[in-house]
Amino acid sequence: MSDVVLLAKNVTMRFGGLTALNDFNLELKPRELVGLIGPNGAGKTTAFNALSGVYAPTEGTVSVGGEVVNGRRPNEISRLGLARTFQNIRLFKKLSVLDNVRLACHAKGKSELWQALLLTAEHERREAEMEKRAFELLDFMELSGRADEEAASLPYGMQRRLEIVRALATGPKVLCLDEPAAGMNATETAALMKLIHAIREKFGVAVLLIEHDMRLVMGISERLVVLDHGVTIAQGKPEAVRKDPKVIEAYLGVEEGHAPLDPEKA
Amino acid sequence: MRLVRALLPFAVGLPALWAIQAAAPPQLAIILVTAGVNVILAVSLNMVNGFTGQFSLGHAGFMAVGAYTAAKITLAMGEAPANWSPWLWNNGAFTLALLGGMLTAALAGLAVGIPSLRLRGDYLAIVTLGFNEIIRVFIENMRWLGGATGISGLPPYTSVVWVGLGALATVVVARRIVGSTHGRALLSVREDEVAAEAMGVDTVACKVHAFVLSAAFAGLGGGLLVHYILLVTPKSFTFVKSIEVVVMVVLGGMGSISGATLAALVLTFALELMRGLDQYRMVMYSLLLVVLMLSRPTGIFGTKEIWELLGPKRKKAAA
Repeated sequence: MSDVVLLAKNVTMRFGGLTALNDFNLELKPRELVGLIGPNGAGKTTAFNALSGVYAPTEGTVSVGGEVVNGRRPNEISRLGLARTFQNIRLFKKLSVLDNVRLACHAKGKSELWQALLLTAEHERREAEMEKRAFELLDFMELSGRADEEAASLPYGMQRRLEIVRALATGPKVLCLDEPAAGMNATETAALMKLIHAIREKFGVAVLLIEHDMRLVMGISERLVVLDHGVTIAQGKPEAVRKDPKVIEAYLGVEEGHAPLDPEKA
Repeated sequence: MRLVRALLPFAVGLPALWAIQAAAPPQLAIILVTAGVNVILAVSLNMVNGFTGQFSLGHAGFMAVGAYTAAKITLAMGEAPANWSPWLWNNGAFTLALLGGMLTAALAGLAVGIPSLRLRGDYLAIVTLGFNEIIRVFIENMRWLGGATGISGLPPYTSVVWVGLGALATVVVARRIVGSTHGRALLSVREDEVAAEAMGVDTVACKVHAFVLSAAFAGLGGGLLVHYILLVTPKSFTFVKSIEVVVMVVLGGMGSISGATLAALVLTFALELMRGLDQYRMVMYSLLLVVLMLSRPTGIFGTKEIWELLGPKRKKAAA
């Protein structure tokens, strides 16, 4: 087993003349919780897309579980152990909550098509296993009561949680969460923080968290990476990063000599 | 025991089909065969247009491939040799012909699908439409395929039972796929391709699989149809036929097996019942479509199956 579950080395993403991400470096060890922060348009989601295979990096290498994944399709990268959620929720809206999760379980233990057609014992065992696993995950996230409902009919916060469940169902080593608390109120956000911690403990995954809400990120992350205009402007422990003048400037655009960033206000 | 369960629909269906065949007068038999073929076509197209959310307009092209292959095989097999039971020979030859038709149609599906499934929506529709026309024009210009006049004198192998079994097989296959991981993967492609990929679904493979399977069943429908009308001509497989099938799928509700089945049956029977209207028949048919689409814009059943729609209502009635 490799000691690094996710490694990005000098990753650069260019779209025409625009460099959305410049020389991005990241190393994620097992069970680590790292926050990726930065103001709007800083390139956080671009970084996610480059890691998860939605984009092929213009330069640099990305490896998941020690295997280089440059140019591989997202489904292959997902099978290597990288799961993600989306900033603008992308559930399978018309499918049931259970089916959303069951689908994500399929990478592990899918039966052959002919077995599905002939309803073989192995096929039914595997389907039953998938359902069991899906329910375990839904139980953990307190969603199993709504397993049969259409995903689109869930309230917003639950949809966010369902996206996390779905990502976990793929059995990842790294869980990438793209602004999971976006649009949540303070109580929901606090509950989510606890949940993310619990997920890491229970499933032993490394978590990479994109977040706007500085409070959430500061409270929960062991390490932070700060992006601005595609450039990594700071890295390190939350306490150090929050005092970094570059970070303060990027976030608040304040003049020199201003007080350090107050996370309560961010 | 398990195999019995897997084949249960056929074990139940076969005697029922025998009974229907024995009871149906010839005029009704014609309609039943047409309806059955339409069920095969609609349910198979639904795998691509409904489950996977792609838009294929070339179903008749795959039908043609299957029909011509099947016709060539049955003609080549000819009549039973003296020491063979004719029943066994004929049905054996027909089985072989239909399977051959499905295989070539599937290969055609693969050949069209691999390059064109990178396209989406309207573009895929144009490509498949083009394929449909290419197949038709190709056949018209091939003397060994009978050219524009086609091949006549096919053996009358198709019966209500054969078509019924074909329709049953199509529905059972569609149903079992959609109830399994494979089907959920297809649906996820329809719902959100980016998210599906991020969840480890090989979306390209999914689309190609659905397309190939759908083409194979279109080939089955074609093979069955021409051994009933005893003539195979390129005119039966114009893009108008493809659109007819698309109409059935849209009307039934994209992604609903029972919807596609019902729409195929309703439209076939409606067209037959309106025969007395002569020249107004197509006007009424179109009017029927307009009214149906206005009253149920997402199709008769939407993406749901008939039992899902009946289910909650029953609960309410009980409560």
